[in-house]
Amino acid sequence: MERQQAPLGSARVTSQIAASVTRPRYSGPTPPVGSATARSPWRRWRDRFFFLLFFASVAIGIFGLAALVIDVLTDGLGTLDFSFINSYPSRHAGESGIRAALFGTIWITVGTAAFAIPIGVATAIYLEEFAPDHWSTRLVQLNIANLAGVPSIIYGILGLALFVQAFALDRSVLAGSLTMTLLILPIVIIVSQEAIKAVPNEFRDAAFALGANRWQVVKTVVLPQAIPGIMSGIILALSRAVGEAAPMLMISSLVFLTFIPSSPGDRFTVLPVQIFNWVSLPQPGFQAVASAGIIVLLAVLLSMNSIAIWIRNRYQKRY
Amino acid sequence: MPTRYVALALGIALIAGIVALAMNEPGASLLATDSPLAGTIEIDGSSTVFPISQAVAEEFRKVHPDVQVPVGVSGTGGGFKRFVVGETQISNASRSIKPSEIEIADENGIEFVEIAVGFDGLSVVANPANRFLECLTTKELKAIWEPGSEVNRWSDVREGLPDGKFRLYGPDTDSGTFDYFTEAIVEHEDASRSDYSASADDNVLIRGVGGDKNALGYFGFAFYSSSPHLLKLIAVDSGDGCVLPSTETINNGSYAPLSRPMFIYVNTAALGRVEVVEFLKFYLDNATKLVQEVGYVPLPEAMYDEGRGTLTASIGTPD
Repeated sequence: MERQQAPLGSARVTSQIAASVTRPRYSGPTPPVGSATARSPWRRWRDRFFFLLFFASVAIGIFGLAALVIDVLTDGLGTLDFSFINSYPSRHAGESGIRAALFGTIWITVGTAAFAIPIGVATAIYLEEFAPDHWSTRLVQLNIANLAGVPSIIYGILGLALFVQAFALDRSVLAGSLTMTLLILPIVIIVSQEAIKAVPNEFRDAAFALGANRWQVVKTVVLPQAIPGIMSGIILALSRAVGEAAPMLMISSLVFLTFIPSSPGDRFTVLPVQIFNWVSLPQPGFQAVASAGIIVLLAVLLSMNSIAIWIRNRYQKRY
Repeated sequence: MPTRYVALALGIALIAGIVALAMNEPGASLLATDSPLAGTIEIDGSSTVFPISQAVAEEFRKVHPDVQVPVGVSGTGGGFKRFVVGETQISNASRSIKPSEIEIADENGIEFVEIAVGFDGLSVVANPANRFLECLTTKELKAIWEPGSEVNRWSDVREGLPDGKFRLYGPDTDSGTFDYFTEAIVEHEDASRSDYSASADDNVLIRGVGGDKNALGYFGFAFYSSSPHLLKLIAVDSGDGCVLPSTETINNGSYAPLSRPMFIYVNTAALGRVEVVEFLKFYLDNATKLVQEVGYVPLPEAMYDEGRGTLTASIGTPD
């Protein structure tokens, strides 16, 4: 049995009209173009100074990134080939490969997506479209925003205590995915909320006016419009999960694995943990191996981020 | 908008494809036909013994690719914490199990056997830039490492040494190497000064000593032999002159009191599993070769036979 149209729409319309009426417009005197102050050398110097300051800030960031990438590429490109991608780690640097960690990362990413997307998007829909404007809703909202800022190692410890020990999932892919889900859930929720907020209220009002109930509005109007934004946000959140070492170090621990998980109950390792492991080895050959691992991780992250950007540019609509 | 669903479908297909690739082990399927062995053998514990078990696991995989053997590094004590509650089947140990640990094992109904796998000469090391220190007596080592020690300068160790401060590096309290060193040098197990850089991971200690020209530290001999370019071995004098650890001095017992046996502990219940028995046989059959390769001293063959005997007796049915 479907309920009739909710009264929420009408309230939204009123507030929209009010907003458009009271929209602030500049109504003071026109600025004095070409006056004495505009030409004073002090203003020009100040302009130049801030330009240089901001340019220098950008340059520091780009220089740092370029130095890192060049360093890693010179160290690692020689080691990076198909046999590196397709081999298991070894006690010999020359035979070491990243296969176990690469597939571990894929398992964790897919597992995390499977949990984080439905829960995160559903939470966002509830908070944006269904939840009453109540102090408890605002409390939930505040908590989500705070959780997004909790250091990732805390999630690792939580996951170790909760999933690995209390739920007796051992150090499995499932425990790792659930921990990563906790880590990225606040981000997924916030990004999805933003995407849902960006859908113009007129669309909802039009659907309500046609007699749609709230779920129908969400399903047929809001979600189709919001999905590109939600998708690119989710991919960025997942790429954060891919790059996280600290929580996975707690869950999978430093371990030598010569297999890839074949079920969610299996042991795993992920790219950042494997790289951490190689970097800590003092034998010289492993530095090149670690660099090659970093190149693979960078490639995974860059491709995920470019997919997110592509989705955003391809499907984004402006109103 | 059909393009969006096409993109979504393509994305899902891509992920499914990657997962399918993950399932497909190259080469493994061919070997798997004549190797029906499968299962997981979880190993954790001493970082001193880790290189041996890692090497065995790596070689074992080449013969039985479907048996998963994750090898962790939690320190002897950390490994036993997991072993005595049944989380692991095999525990690497650089000391014998303690009565307090046996008690917990009894409470959990865990029965186990001890198998010696090799000899280690616990090595005292300094930075290669150190030109003045060649040898330390056990008394001097005790004065440096005993609890509350006020020895912070080389000149405090012995008259005639330069008046510079040194920094200490050593295994943490979860480590069997720590237990053994304190027992042998300070003459009370676990009695040590605590103001030193501690890590359960010997590779971290190597990096610490290798990067600090005023460093003094100790860890297993294989970790010295893995990166001799970063370290300088310090001879130990227990009353019969200065002796450097080497295959020969460890083997003939002249490197005293820091020569010690290394063990693996096996959960007897796990011996009901064919792949565990097969792995342990493989371990003992290849120990001589692999123990030497990773930089330790193999046991005389008679002691490996003793290990085989222990195993056979615990399985119950000799074959």
